[in-house]
Amino acid sequence: MTDSTESGDLRLTGISKTYGGSFTAVHPLDLTVPHGAFFALLGASGCGKTTTLRMIAGLEDPTTGSVLLGDRDVTRLPPYKRPVNTVFQSYALFPHLSVYENVAFGLRRRGAARVRERVGDMLDLVQLGDLAARRPHQLSGGQQQRVAVARALINHPRVLLLDEPLGALDLKLRRQMQLELKRIQTEVGITFVHVTHDQEEAMSLADTVAVMNGGRVEQLGAPAELYENPRTTFVANFLGTSNLIGADVVSAGGGEVVVTASGVRLRLPAGRCATAPGADGRLLVGIRPEKMSLVHRDEADSVPAGRNRFTGTIAAAGFIGVSTQYLIDSPLGPGVEVYVQNIERDPRLTPGAEVVVHWNPEHSFGLDAAQDINSGVETAGDPS
Amino acid sequence: MAPIAWLRRHTVVVAGLLTLAYLLLPNLVVLVFSFNAPAGKFNYSWREFSTAAWRDPCGVPDLCGSLALSLQIAFWATAGATVLGVMIAFALVRYRFRGRGAVNSLIFLPMAMPEVVMAASLLTLFLNLGAELGFPTVLIAHTMFCLSFVVVAVKARVLSMDPRLEEAARDLYAGPVQTFLRVTLPIAAPGIAAGALLAFSLSFDDFIITNFTSGTAVTFPMFVWGSAQRGTPVQINVIGTAMFVLAVLTVVLGQLVAGRRRNHTPS
Repeated sequence: MTDSTESGDLRLTGISKTYGGSFTAVHPLDLTVPHGAFFALLGASGCGKTTTLRMIAGLEDPTTGSVLLGDRDVTRLPPYKRPVNTVFQSYALFPHLSVYENVAFGLRRRGAARVRERVGDMLDLVQLGDLAARRPHQLSGGQQQRVAVARALINHPRVLLLDEPLGALDLKLRRQMQLELKRIQTEVGITFVHVTHDQEEAMSLADTVAVMNGGRVEQLGAPAELYENPRTTFVANFLGTSNLIGADVVSAGGGEVVVTASGVRLRLPAGRCATAPGADGRLLVGIRPEKMSLVHRDEADSVPAGRNRFTGTIAAAGFIGVSTQYLIDSPLGPGVEVYVQNIERDPRLTPGAEVVVHWNPEHSFGLDAAQDINSGVETAGDPS
Repeated sequence: MAPIAWLRRHTVVVAGLLTLAYLLLPNLVVLVFSFNAPAGKFNYSWREFSTAAWRDPCGVPDLCGSLALSLQIAFWATAGATVLGVMIAFALVRYRFRGRGAVNSLIFLPMAMPEVVMAASLLTLFLNLGAELGFPTVLIAHTMFCLSFVVVAVKARVLSMDPRLEEAARDLYAGPVQTFLRVTLPIAAPGIAAGALLAFSLSFDDFIITNFTSGTAVTFPMFVWGSAQRGTPVQINVIGTAMFVLAVLTVVLGQLVAGRRRNHTPS
């Protein structure tokens, strides 16, 4: 019984890609995508995610390693002999063929039966039944995207590869197509491998996300696991926003690590440290902005005991409706970010006000201090 | 006042129509004079309406023979230049090889070189090779100068082609041959057709190179040139008009087919 599910897994073993003997796009990589999973490869451009996808498709020959579909080694098979199909970035629909013929292309090449019926069913699945006679250039971006999905899915591939499939759509349509992709995946039960640079897209769609950076997988796991417990500064910064504070370890034991940063004592669970505190006793303490709370200095006594806390000054405040985003200057450093949900707004919390920032120690995480603290920070206007 | 205001508002239309008239007026003159019944040997001044030439287009000795020869040469030169040109264009766009840059610029040389220079050099070449001048030498010369134009037309099309389309075809179970026939060729087709049409009209129309390399063979342009010294038969205008109408019909037909295909419903 376990055999049948295992045989559908996509496995990459020691796969790597080096161009011209000098530039390594993908370092040797081991990856298992379970049968029927929605798997996302997430990373900035040039991180090797698309190269990895193209090696699975057969459009790129790996320098080392192999691609296995179940027990079958497909590494040496050309793309047209692999039971794998791709939804290309900006779709690559055949401009000289109608929507119908685009979708029927794969079936016709394999001489499949009942082409007409199957194309009709597939166009219904993506809600394009009435546009079958159109040419790709007569469709909107969202419609083209659905044709691209239909054209690949109709072949019932063992794995469907999606290369930034929503990259060309505007934000509203993106959200809509994300829901649609998820619906289709649940309906057909085919393994999806989805490449994207959009962390929200990856987290909302995928069961498992692999965060890639510099040709390597930095961390792999369920979206919540990656977000709550990042193991590297890149993951902490690339997935959402993190405050990272350099600190010295005071004691470690009893499942708890105590550190000091600029004289402020902070505690965090040992189980949430990516590495055992090093011999030099340095550690990066991470905390998500929405996990922190803010009170005015006059009410410092209201902060419950046992919480991590420090005192600072509001440097800037940005009201964005659902929440207010504060930048706090403190001995820990400038620009600690705190997001306060818009429930009851304290009118005293304006720039210049002295405040106490506090949070549950359980929500902190610890990272190896030897890394670049800004790795994975995307925007140029980064506050830290 | 009113006409000036009207002119000001329609400047673009008026200028456009004048330019079009400038372009088409010669064709109109050829058409009108194909219905002339000239007094002497020269068809340069209007005398009276007649359809005699249209009823007997081959009535002048050697005219239709030269036309047939020109059409044959144009057909084979187009075929040769198109096949070679398509291969060269794909090679130049798709592959990186030693000397690619040099080939890329050399391919333009026959287009830039004055035709009379090329004609003289070709004659020298053929004479030194001991070749007998005639149909084969004209065909070789025509294929050669048409080649550049086909390469340029096809190259532009192949360059603008998304390489991902061929990857998509391969991903959808099309092997190399199927990918070329089903995706690459149909998408490159407009460029190939443009190159071929250009080649045909260049070859059909050529006088200078043909005159140098034809020996005793006489093509249609050479026939027209030769007869212009001794008198111009009305039949020349008939052939000219027929060629023009044929070209217009081809273009209109092409537009219609393209328009229909765009709205074609598959079954």
